[in-house]
Amino acid sequence: MKPIDHAEASSHFIEAKAHLEFHDRRLWDLRMKRDRQAHSIPEWEELRNLASAIKEHTLSHLADYLEEFEAKAKSNGAQVRWARDASEHNQIVHDILSAHGAKTLVKSKSMLTEECDMRPFLETRGVKVIETDLGERIQQLDDEPPSHIVVPAVHKLRGDVSDVFARTIGSEPGNNDPRYLAEAMRRDTRPYFLGAEAGMTGANFAIAETGSFVVCTNEGNADLSANVPKLHIACIGIEKIIPKFEHLAVFIRMLSRSALGSPITQYTSHFRAPRSGTELHIVLVDNGRSQRLGMKDFWYSLKCIRCGACMNTCPVYRRSGGLSYGATYSGPIGIIIDPAFDIRKYSNLPYASTLNGSCTNVCPVKINIHDQIYKWRQVMAERNQLPLVKKEAIRIIGKVLSDPRLYRAAISATGLAIERLPRFAIYNWLNPWGRQREVPEPPKQSFRSWYLKNRRRQ
Amino acid sequence: MSSRDAILAAVRANQPAPAPPIPAIPLFERTSRSLIEEFQEALVSMGGKFAPTLDASGLDGLVRSLFPDAAVICSATPELRGTRTLDHSTDPAALADVDVGVVRAAFGVAETGSVWLSEEELQVNALAYLAQHFVVLLDPTRIVGNLHHAYRDARFKTARYAVLVTGPSATADIEGVLIHGAQGVRSLTVAMIPLGHTPEANSPRP
Amino acid sequence: MRVGLFIPCYVDAFFPEVGIATLQLLERLGIEVVYPLDQTCCGQPMANSGCQKDAAGAEALFVANFQEFESIVTPSGSCAHHVREHLDAIPQTPAVEKVRSGTYELVEFLHDIVKVDEFPWAEFPHKVGLHNTCTTLRKLRTASASEIDEPFFSKPLDLLRKVRGIEFVTPTRPDECCGFGGTFSVFEEPVSAKMGYDKVEDHHRAGAQYIVSADMSCLMHQKGCAERLGLDIGFIHIAQVLNGSRG
Repeated sequence: MKPIDHAEASSHFIEAKAHLEFHDRRLWDLRMKRDRQAHSIPEWEELRNLASAIKEHTLSHLADYLEEFEAKAKSNGAQVRWARDASEHNQIVHDILSAHGAKTLVKSKSMLTEECDMRPFLETRGVKVIETDLGERIQQLDDEPPSHIVVPAVHKLRGDVSDVFARTIGSEPGNNDPRYLAEAMRRDTRPYFLGAEAGMTGANFAIAETGSFVVCTNEGNADLSANVPKLHIACIGIEKIIPKFEHLAVFIRMLSRSALGSPITQYTSHFRAPRSGTELHIVLVDNGRSQRLGMKDFWYSLKCIRCGACMNTCPVYRRSGGLSYGATYSGPIGIIIDPAFDIRKYSNLPYASTLNGSCTNVCPVKINIHDQIYKWRQVMAERNQLPLVKKEAIRIIGKVLSDPRLYRAAISATGLAIERLPRFAIYNWLNPWGRQREVPEPPKQSFRSWYLKNRRRQ
Repeated sequence: MSSRDAILAAVRANQPAPAPPIPAIPLFERTSRSLIEEFQEALVSMGGKFAPTLDASGLDGLVRSLFPDAAVICSATPELRGTRTLDHSTDPAALADVDVGVVRAAFGVAETGSVWLSEEELQVNALAYLAQHFVVLLDPTRIVGNLHHAYRDARFKTARYAVLVTGPSATADIEGVLIHGAQGVRSLTVAMIPLGHTPEANSPRP
Repeated sequence: MRVGLFIPCYVDAFFPEVGIATLQLLERLGIEVVYPLDQTCCGQPMANSGCQKDAAGAEALFVANFQEFESIVTPSGSCAHHVREHLDAIPQTPAVEKVRSGTYELVEFLHDIVKVDEFPWAEFPHKVGLHNTCTTLRKLRTASASEIDEPFFSKPLDLLRKVRGIEFVTPTRPDECCGFGGTFSVFEEPVSAKMGYDKVEDHHRAGAQYIVSADMSCLMHQKGCAERLGLDIGFIHIAQVLNGSRG
């Protein structure tokens, strides 16, 4: 299959001016809010160091912590299963639902379930799945993946949402008022919460010392999904483990501040044991994480707490949208995770970056994102994943720049070309630079020539 | 080999060299401000409200004055009777028509304006989400400074379900417009009433 | 003091005035400046694409040209960063290590090593938008980054404040990348151009008559955008301003 062409997708995104302008402005605003929070806490950089230390320690002892978590969770009355990959995860979830005769599942946001492509798997087997996070529900109804891990429909304007709802849940066509639309969604979803046989959540963190897991939302939809039906399924990536409750404070203080610039989410929910008369099933999922753990240059990406701050700050992401990356995880974190899933499909993603490093600076767990993007480029070159045109161009440039005489010949040739060729010969489809920019004017002499004339002593 | 064993074996084989032990997490105390003031400021910025102090009409009167049109008032605290009773065994879905839910929080967190609730305080967890409006009683002497303090509370290790609630349900998923009452409660009102200040509702429960 | 002068390929070819200003400025400060005639490139364009094998030739040539110098100065943040942090497509001999650790970007050299007190010959009576490039800002750390909770500092500003008549204006997004990104400017042209347009329009709205930077590569991209947009704004390297250019 062809690799994802981020540049091509971005050109369409940029053409939709109103959408682009909102998308860029909204996410930059979240970045500014994040800055205000970070600068108001004197210990912010210390918290980042602590968070990074907690994650690195945990990941380097992950097997022990996973076993501790499982033992505690089981003694709390939860059932724990393990899934090697996406299809095993989906099968396990389906088995649990079938065993309980559950035909309707309400769920809160979980990037893990997106990663596993769980919904179509369940739907073709007769389970109705209702996303309850407003952004996720919009995307579900529009049959489109989420574009951002925290604000899934940020690429849509209110008119788009209105169209989707009018088409799918019977809201008033042409009524664009966000309050009206949110109320329409509230009324549409409520019966599902009340009638569903099963609820599913993901987990932001899982705590080894108590067998608990934590879910953070602003809507309270995870709490409704987990506390109304008699069956609660929680899908947790194995990298979500942290050792102790006291460590949780470090992450909860930074998660929402990094994501949305608010001190905490409206609901921070801690699940340790099932409500009496109900069942709690935990599915621990690998799906490539143990493999990534062994990648010397890339295992730090497992520290990620899914805050989305890297996406909000990334100037490329804001101007191209999450969907242009063609993967569950987009933006800077997506660039360093996705190639591990499919190196060919995502071979262009490491180049959808200027290596400006802002992502690394906002990451609450200090993932060296831009360094990993640089290293992935080396992997792409070594594994022959560069497009032929690019590979050849770089090879030729490398040859010219390693030989002083070839270099000097190329400089004068380029200068002459720009000076002598008519405009249409320079500015055409062969020259991407010239589509929206002027080419620099060639000077009368190069620096080297000037130096020889003005400074060179024998 | 079971999936469990396969995963654990893969993790063990791939784990990076042991990273240094985690340093002790400081409490990051900030001594200057009044905890009550900090709590109030934080809660308001998160969309929460404060109830005026009690008068002669007591807690019952307060709730009725805040929500004059409420038909179904459901209280999880013995301090207020309300119009609908509940206990641990009440079916969550039966609370779908509750207009106002009333609970007493175990403690509050000044840094964020959060209140701590578990199945003990809620009786039925879903009360905090199915009610249209939520009133939370909080003893002002039970406010801790920040989340580092909060997460040292031993009750996290015994509660089946514990939640830090901060303001009402909210979303800004449609064009960034902030809306309260997304899927959960439309409003959250904190009444800073010390424990033991309001006597238990006198009339026997039906 | 005697330094080797490294002039990046695009400065040699398109903006020799930046190289000339750098050389003259260092000489004015009493430094002997030597320009090895067979230099070409530091290897960055190839290395940034991940093509280490293709970068090796240029990197070896760079070391061969500069190994005799204790200090190497270049008016390019991205080149200085590449040499110090990424010149590893070739075996790391003592000569390579010496060259790598002795390479400085011009602003950090003037500020930290020479510790320049004044530029009496300099006058730039214009409104200036300072563009701190991502490399100088987040990697060479010549100024504080807005994402980090740290006290404000800025080496380029410290130097420019010593220039008579200069007035600073601040765009709404001073730290946001301008979109050059090396080969990104060609292979991701749509986003690159949009970022460049946003950057120059931001400076223009803030009232900048000139955009000043320590990297001509970013300025080349911004200039190309501004010219296509028809914006009346000038682009000048910090070396030229400190060397006395009047704009």
